[in-house]
Amino acid sequence: MAEFEDNRPLKVEVKGLTKRFGDLLVLDDLNFNIRKGEFVCVVGPTGCGKTTFLNCLTRIHMPSEGDLYIDGVPADPRKHNISFVFQEPSSLPWMTVEDNIAYGLKIKKLPQAEIDRRVNRILDLMGLQEVRKVYPGELSVSAEQRVIIGRSFAMEPDLLLMDEPYGQMDVKVRFYLEDEVIRLWRELGSTVVFITHNIEEAVYVAERVIILSNKPAHIKEELKIDLPHPRNIADPKFIEYRNYITDKIKWW
Amino acid sequence: MSVDKKKLEEGLKKYQNQQKKLSLKYALLSAAGILGFLLIWQAVVKMGLVNEARLPTPVTILETLIYKVSNESPDGSVLMVNILASLQVALTGFLSAIVIGIPLGLFMGWWEYADRFIRPIFELIRPIPPIAWIPLVVVWMGIGLQAKALIIFFTAFVPCVINAYTGIKLTNKTLINVSKTFGASNFEIFYKVGIPSSLPMVFAGIRVALGNSWSTLVAAEMLAASAGLGYMIQIGRTVARPDIVIVGMVVIGAIGAILSGLLSLCERRLLKWKVNR
Repeated sequence: MAEFEDNRPLKVEVKGLTKRFGDLLVLDDLNFNIRKGEFVCVVGPTGCGKTTFLNCLTRIHMPSEGDLYIDGVPADPRKHNISFVFQEPSSLPWMTVEDNIAYGLKIKKLPQAEIDRRVNRILDLMGLQEVRKVYPGELSVSAEQRVIIGRSFAMEPDLLLMDEPYGQMDVKVRFYLEDEVIRLWRELGSTVVFITHNIEEAVYVAERVIILSNKPAHIKEELKIDLPHPRNIADPKFIEYRNYITDKIKWW
Repeated sequence: MSVDKKKLEEGLKKYQNQQKKLSLKYALLSAAGILGFLLIWQAVVKMGLVNEARLPTPVTILETLIYKVSNESPDGSVLMVNILASLQVALTGFLSAIVIGIPLGLFMGWWEYADRFIRPIFELIRPIPPIAWIPLVVVWMGIGLQAKALIIFFTAFVPCVINAYTGIKLTNKTLINVSKTFGASNFEIFYKVGIPSSLPMVFAGIRVALGNSWSTLVAAEMLAASAGLGYMIQIGRTVARPDIVIVGMVVIGAIGAILSGLLSLCERRLLKWKVNR
């Protein structure tokens, strides 16, 4: 596996990450790096341990062996600024849209002026100004997901983790939100790890794709997607990437 | 654009008017139900199908109710004094159950240690019917306000604890994880996520507790009282005045409904975020 030429500094180092649940080996010695401001997709067959992998990164589970370092220090949600977009809708239903976006910032005890600035910026970027006083339950599911994504980006995180955030959405909404994520990522320069089982989605958004094998998951290949944004899903090169990754996942 | 907006507003107005008409219709229907019930009751007694000495007519009951507003006989207090005496007992027990029961349930639901430590005692005490406490309570505290309030406390306490416990146990794991990844401490997650997400269940518990405490009132006032709606009912029985008994029942029912309505009002304010999508 050749190292790609990339002169951005290292942000995240994953060294020998292994996770067992009892006898069940889920993650088998994962090693890779993520550079600052990079957009990485992790793809793999369903049930291969993608979510477990993310949960190790955020310390919801502790890794059995190996570890994850952010800026050279073992990852710790208290110290680092990690943001997570979960598979399930995860807005806090009792908070208005603006309070939801401010939620993480308040936990981090940022000054109020800074919270207001960031919340306003995200509301502008996501087109949510009009519904800032509305409760998530009054929004459509896709608008709610935009609130959640906005909340994660508002953190200006060291690391933004997204676990199949668009799993339950139709194709149109998905492309729309994918474009939205790319726009936010470029605007704010966050480092993003995006997990999906949807290969088209991975090729559409990622700078680099990490392909996981079946359980126990190890890294099968890292693939740089050398296409400019916005990408055209009908582009022959796009289709080539997509087919290549599909083959890799199929081949077990 | 402005034409569209106008159209939208017109549509909204039309819709609101329709809704208003509909809710008026429903209200009339409810009123007709109650009225019909009373009419049948009146007719049944007047036609002599039931002995009037056993079941007074609604009109008689209304007369007795008006009479009781300003007259002390037969139980020795006017209606308002009885109501206030009962409210004092019921609310003392009910509010102390809320103040003690809900935090206890929340703590048990959130912290495993608290759960393991307290739950066995709670599970032992829970199945004991509140009325079984009466003799013991009399021995401990006599027959004053405290004793009666304690009986009510026992009936209201259990649903408060159980609902707060279940409510906070049902907190969405994802929301907890969101807060964890933002770096929130366990206590922060408890009050920022656990408590608000348990509120709907807590309110359901408070509602049950309110019902329980109000309906245990008569039993608590059997303990010997000198005033109160339960006491009035007792006296009504002793002097064979079914109209007094029924007035007591009706007032208890009405006040129960009013309290429940007030609770709904609070609930709607606090849980206005709860939307069924």
